[in-house]
Amino acid sequence: MAIKIMLNGEQRQVREGSVADLVASLGLDVKKVAVERNRVIVPRSTLAEVALAEGDALEIVHFVGGGC
Amino acid sequence: MTDTWSVAGRTFTSRLIVGTGKYKDFEQNAAAVAASGAEIVTVAVRRVNVSDPAAPMLTDYIDPKKITYLPNTAGCFNADDAIRTLRLAREAGGWDLVKLEVLGEAKTLYPNMRETLEATEVLAKEGFLPMVYCVDDPIAAKQLEDAGAVAVMPLGAPIGSGLGIQNRVTIRLIVEGASVPVLVDAGVGTASDAAVAMELGCDGVLMNTAIAEAKDPIRMARAMRQAVEAGRDAYLAGRMGLRKYADPSSPLAGLI
Repeated sequence: MAIKIMLNGEQRQVREGSVADLVASLGLDVKKVAVERNRVIVPRSTLAEVALAEGDALEIVHFVGGGC
Repeated sequence: MTDTWSVAGRTFTSRLIVGTGKYKDFEQNAAAVAASGAEIVTVAVRRVNVSDPAAPMLTDYIDPKKITYLPNTAGCFNADDAIRTLRLAREAGGWDLVKLEVLGEAKTLYPNMRETLEATEVLAKEGFLPMVYCVDDPIAAKQLEDAGAVAVMPLGAPIGSGLGIQNRVTIRLIVEGASVPVLVDAGVGTASDAAVAMELGCDGVLMNTAIAEAKDPIRMARAMRQAVEAGRDAYLAGRMGLRKYADPSSPLAGLI
């Protein structure tokens, strides 16, 4: 079943499942990103245990070039 | 004996920290980092581009196993955003040494010290080791140290301005009062500015634009490495005193 979530500030329809499923479905390397769900960090070790719910707000970030 | 410096129990030989923004491409960035001799680079934390997950990443060019990534909160204008960003950074990178900056306004990118102090306290309580960007004010620097900053990083001049160290007196006062490392962060425009920071007794210098916006960034990175080393050596050597009038270097005795 599809649910609606906010992903990096944009509304998206995704399949029900865990946060790990979502990261994998986006083609991202789980070792290179960090995930925040509803303003709380989801530790990498628990990504597969945390289920997505309708209306969740997710931020998936990584390191980019930056200075001061 | 090798001259090293330590922050929060980690020891480094290079006193130059470089940013990884504003470069033409990742190759140029990586070459500049190599030429600078830096062992620490600052990095930003941003949303991944979910529509192009295969896009090249910084970590493909600058190996976090060889170079210490120092996650930075550039772009954050309040304590809450900065703290959230660093929590994500810790999760992404797995380390707690971070660089905090909480900006006050876009025009000057001066730090908002009230928010900076608040964020420092929270981060220290959460086990982070924050190196903190601040105004060139010895009292503010001391307050940050008391709040848990593992290094204070006063600006030499506004970020990206290239104006050089505007207030040598306050930078020196901070150095004399601090019991944590002091690194000039921001304002360096060219090699002599970096040397000045080191001659004032700073433990290190952080820069980005001075290298990235040079016509030849790789050559400038090398110049900065040499300037930091020269400035440090000059500081350790102890400079001569200043005199108002001339003092000849050749003996006066035996003149014909």
